[in-house]
Amino acid sequence: MESIAALEARWPTLIEGLQMTLLVGLVSMALAMVFGLVAAWAKLSSLRPVALAAETYTTVIRGVPELVLILLIYYGVPTLLQTTVRQWGPGFADFRLNLDPFTAGTITLGFIYGAFAAEVFRGAFLAVPRGQIEAAVASGMRRTLLFRRILLPQMMRYALPGLGNVWMVLIKATALMSVIQLEELMRKAEIAAGATRMPFTFFFAAALLFLGITAVSVLVQSRLERWANRGVRRV
Amino acid sequence: MNFDIVWDSLPRFLSGAVLTVEITAVSLAIGLILAVPLAILRVSLNQLLSLPVQGFTFFFRGTPLLVQLFLVYYGAGQFSDTLRSLGLWVLFRDPWFCGVLTLTLNTAAYTCEILRGGIQAVPHGEVEAARAFGMSGSKLYRRIILPKAARIALPAYSNEVIFLLQATSLVSLITLMDITGVASRVAARSFAFYELYLTAAIFYLVIVYGLQGVFRRIERRLSAHLRERPEGDPAALRG
Repeated sequence: MESIAALEARWPTLIEGLQMTLLVGLVSMALAMVFGLVAAWAKLSSLRPVALAAETYTTVIRGVPELVLILLIYYGVPTLLQTTVRQWGPGFADFRLNLDPFTAGTITLGFIYGAFAAEVFRGAFLAVPRGQIEAAVASGMRRTLLFRRILLPQMMRYALPGLGNVWMVLIKATALMSVIQLEELMRKAEIAAGATRMPFTFFFAAALLFLGITAVSVLVQSRLERWANRGVRRV
Repeated sequence: MNFDIVWDSLPRFLSGAVLTVEITAVSLAIGLILAVPLAILRVSLNQLLSLPVQGFTFFFRGTPLLVQLFLVYYGAGQFSDTLRSLGLWVLFRDPWFCGVLTLTLNTAAYTCEILRGGIQAVPHGEVEAARAFGMSGSKLYRRIILPKAARIALPAYSNEVIFLLQATSLVSLITLMDITGVASRVAARSFAFYELYLTAAIFYLVIVYGLQGVFRRIERRLSAHLRERPEGDPAALRG
């Protein structure tokens, strides 16, 4: 069949795209966890302005479509910086700034899903029994050690199901990176579809590869959860 | 900041907002109508009935919406001859139809899973009691299971509504002039990128928070009988 032959010829580029998708996904997820931890900590802070800033971040980001945020950051931030910098004086008249799609894309996705991760971390933090923290303080632990040895390992147990959900949404959102020309799976499928005039074949192949990622993710997540719950009595 | 362009394009943004809301509403309504029977099939113990639904929800929840949208809109071109002979080509040539079709199937898959959770969370005793009264089949579903399941599923469904509203922004990529489409079109001409995309973001925020307010009211009304009466309320004494 024609479709099979076309697929075979362009399979390597699809796999390249798949690798890029996974790379963007993993880097964005790591960024989202950093943004999320910081925002969760800020939300629970007793300093009003800090808590308010984090609150604004999570509510605004979750209220705007990812596509709009991606376009805003990729096209909007450079022009905003350019016009601002050029106002400093004639010496800056030629100032130009271009974001490369990988940097812009991962920062944007990390920033968006950090807002979702923040809610997960906040819930997980609140689920750690108070007594554990009191005991750690009583045994003389400093804040960083308390966070590393007591809070983080226990939070992970409560946070993993939620983080798994964030990952599932995030990996699918990487497809939007094709809009800013990042050569990930969706973009590669688009190029192949245009060149062969077989859009259905290539978008369907991309869909199946995404399903593969989802299926593997579910497996990895259940493994991770079992590991995080080791030593915990099951009901 | 170039506010003039934002001000001048406000009328276009408003008609974009109308399109956004229209696409959301149509997809939600048809998606919900599809999701109810799908969810009932999904909880069936008969694998022949539940497995196809599981496959449907796995595909639509496991792949990016953008892939689904392009699969329908551009993918249909690969079958244009067949579609033409069936008289369906006029539909698949139309971005509005393709957008609504994709979003409808997508939301049907998510809503089906939400309703499944609701149906399975209906207390077993209530179903048993209804059975003991002699209710079965459609009457059991209509009078006992579905109303209870709907109440349980409502918070999750309100999230789905907001996700779908945001997801409609993707139709701008198949040439529809929704909120995002208007922002992209005007920005491409005027280079006022952040001004226009910020305006689009504000439009979405207003609609999203409006919707959340509506859902909060519906939830309060539906759970009215579960709230404690304030102390000293004379109605409480009358029992």
